[in-house]
Amino acid sequence: MTDANFTDKDIPNPRSLTKTERRTKRRKAAEKRFRAYGLTAILAGLTFLVILVYSIILNGLPAFQRTVVSIEFTLSAEQFKEAEAALLKTRVYSNYFITSFTDTVNGLGLSSEISSDSIDRIVGKIGGTLRKFYRNNQDKVGQPITFDLPASSLVERYFKETFSRESISESNRFIRAEDLDLVDALADAGIIRQEFNWLFITGVDTGVDNPGGAGIGAAVLGSFMMMTVVLILSLPVGVAASIYLEEFAPKNWFTDFIEINISNLAAVPSIVFGILGLAVFIQFMHFPQSAPLVGGMVLTLMTLPTIIISTRASLKAVPPSIRDAALAVGASKMQAVFHHVLPLAMPGILTGTIIGLAQALGETAPLLLIGMVGFVARYPETILGGFEGPNSALPAQIFNWASRSDAVFVEKAWGGIIILLIFLLSMNIVAVLLRRRFERRW
Amino acid sequence: MPLSWILLVIFAIAAAGFWFGTSRVLKSVDQNVRALHSLPSYYGGNVSMWVLVPSLGVLAFWSLAQPLFIESRIAYLLEERMSNQGVTLGLMMTEVRRVADGLDSAVTENVMTTEEARSMRVELTDIRNRLAEVGVALGANVTAPIVHAAQQYHQLSATGNMFKSITVIALALAGLGYALLRTTKDFRARNAVERGILAILLFAAMIAIMTTVGILFSLIFNTLEFFKIYSIANFFFGLEWAPSFSGRGGSSSLSVIPLLWGTFYISIIALIVAVPVGIFSAIYLSEYATPKVRAFAKPLLEILAGIPTIVYGLFALLTVGPMLVTVFGDNTVGWMSGGTAVITAGLVMGIMLIPFVSSLSDDIINAVPQSLRDGSYGLGATQSETIRQVVLPAALPGIVGAILLAASRAIGETMIVVLGAGAAARLSLNPFDAMTTVTAKIVSQLTGDSDFASPEALVAFALGTTLFVLTLALNVLALYIVRRYREQYE
Repeated sequence: MTDANFTDKDIPNPRSLTKTERRTKRRKAAEKRFRAYGLTAILAGLTFLVILVYSIILNGLPAFQRTVVSIEFTLSAEQFKEAEAALLKTRVYSNYFITSFTDTVNGLGLSSEISSDSIDRIVGKIGGTLRKFYRNNQDKVGQPITFDLPASSLVERYFKETFSRESISESNRFIRAEDLDLVDALADAGIIRQEFNWLFITGVDTGVDNPGGAGIGAAVLGSFMMMTVVLILSLPVGVAASIYLEEFAPKNWFTDFIEINISNLAAVPSIVFGILGLAVFIQFMHFPQSAPLVGGMVLTLMTLPTIIISTRASLKAVPPSIRDAALAVGASKMQAVFHHVLPLAMPGILTGTIIGLAQALGETAPLLLIGMVGFVARYPETILGGFEGPNSALPAQIFNWASRSDAVFVEKAWGGIIILLIFLLSMNIVAVLLRRRFERRW
Repeated sequence: MPLSWILLVIFAIAAAGFWFGTSRVLKSVDQNVRALHSLPSYYGGNVSMWVLVPSLGVLAFWSLAQPLFIESRIAYLLEERMSNQGVTLGLMMTEVRRVADGLDSAVTENVMTTEEARSMRVELTDIRNRLAEVGVALGANVTAPIVHAAQQYHQLSATGNMFKSITVIALALAGLGYALLRTTKDFRARNAVERGILAILLFAAMIAIMTTVGILFSLIFNTLEFFKIYSIANFFFGLEWAPSFSGRGGSSSLSVIPLLWGTFYISIIALIVAVPVGIFSAIYLSEYATPKVRAFAKPLLEILAGIPTIVYGLFALLTVGPMLVTVFGDNTVGWMSGGTAVITAGLVMGIMLIPFVSSLSDDIINAVPQSLRDGSYGLGATQSETIRQVVLPAALPGIVGAILLAASRAIGETMIVVLGAGAAARLSLNPFDAMTTVTAKIVSQLTGDSDFASPEALVAFALGTTLFVLTLALNVLALYIVRRYREQYE
């Protein structure tokens, strides 16, 4: 065919080289739209991340601040005796404190006469702290001592601006509007102030009536114990299983069966591992409930597939020439693996293990089933006993606080999440650094 | 002898065995290492292995079997003594075990002599007071037969423990002796040790099988137990979930349908959020994004997958729920009465699943060979036409597999629904209603105080079986689709 008899009339739509056609325009617009969808999706994902992080930080940071009433107080020897003889000892202590506090404040001449009831409403539960202090330091009786005692839950929230003057109703017996005036005045006088809440980091869980004093230290320790168990159990077992499967396993139905099991276990919901722990470890073997040992064993079974998969990948990445070289100079197969392949694969194995541990650290559901949500308000007495005794764990403690009604506990739960995420972040950073530092290209 | 001591002794024997083995074989060749078949440390290792493996194996087996054996004896005894006083055997056994533990600690803390703890004639009140000293409070329902059973328990386990220590240590010594006798210069120690190590490696690999078996057994036995006291038909085809709270059962309706409905509804909402966002992100990241954008956006998106689910749960309960209430609540359109609802849990779960869908799809899209794209461009297709008509069809099986995996994740997800979805089981189409799921009910039925033998607690195992079967089926289906329909390039 030649171009000679090919005219514009033969094509349905005459084309111009300079003017874009309608169809081309449409196609280009579709292209742009499609691209925009992709960009929107990414931005949506990132927006979710930003909102999540923002709400964690916004809600969690206040947990690291606490409002304290700091004032000088003297307990006379007679008062000490009287309080120890009384029936409700802590109540008597706090009454002495409140009376002394009221006198001090009235002595400052801040405003009109202040009733001890207001002071009572402003300070939190202090009797126990006072009593413990004086019982342990009996020589301090009769001397003036400056105490930093927690303010009440509502005053705390007033300072953190989650509780406003307008929301006080007449019938509220926990706080009155005039109390907040007093709080403002005391804050100006430097008696009520905010400080960093070390108690939150080092403390233990408290009862529902004392949300301000609750701390996460014991739960962090419990999680740490559990992670120790997971590390001790899962690293050797995971590495041994991977070495077998990657280096020694014959190609037969049994090896296939093991591999199918591992890949299926990786996809089993975590709560099913909780059921396994409950039925096998607790009901059948009678291991203690709420113990980090049992929690660690359940989490080990859960993380093993992850560790095995990543370990196998890093064993596979070691080139066969290394094995061949070892075998050629007379090493046995076992020696080639343990002396040469394993050390070279170690950075990868450790990275995978740390990531598996991070996953286990945040896991909550199996822990609920083996009873790690109990109220544990103390540190374990001995290290080894701590593994067997009831203990809490970081995510379980967060869940526990989230299900209580007081807003201060909710704030603590967010604070706990910040601590949890700091741990996860640092573990992941260590994993990335390990990978960067020891990564080897063959 | 407590367990830690036994272990210490065994390891001490093993360490000694290593030294004996090494020095013995070296002495037999007058320190001339070259005359040996293997390196000297292998001879020592062989001896240690013979000490450790049999004794630790027997120790583990004995420690597991002894309580089971004692308990069956005690249960027999209890059944004879008190025939049916309205207390289940399980509850009685728990008490017996507690009292027996109390006796154990009373003896170790010297509150009681061994003789006192064993004798049947001690008065109940006396035991009560003495046990209170070591911090074991006995409830009012602890009667004389229970205390006697506990004394039996205590005595049997003390005897058993003694025999256990003797047997295990004797076995360790026997292993030491046997291996030392075989330690001569011609013994192929390395081969023996390597066979042993290989067996240990195989054992480690088989833990995966044992875990699966453990899961199956714990689910199946308890599920069968549940179906003995509750009808299968009511469980699978009833329409109501209303457990009685007395813990004694009888009047509970325990049907899985409302829970499954809640599970599916929440999962579907989650997928509606996660699938489009995930797939479009994957397409953008793999086809359009510059390497810089990719290096920045991909890890950030993957952070979403690394955040623990408890965080998402709290986010649903305290941030997303109240936010949705302000938008759809009584003050505006009045669709939503509380923060915990299907839509809350679904949305948050969707956010959690985005990286699952996106990184799996991303890998699959990247695996489509460039030649296919180039061919399409060569025919004049635009980039988006290429993606829609060439790349996506080629990657489809993989993407479907990824979506199925995400769905299985959604069905098995627990913390988000426990905190965000509510506790009421209902069959409703309204996404703003609170509903509950299979996983949430497993948690609530097993964390309560009800007796493990009651239908209210056992139903959790039936729910667990349902969940396990569902997720397993989805995973298998996903793998099948990926394998069956994968395009083979090259």
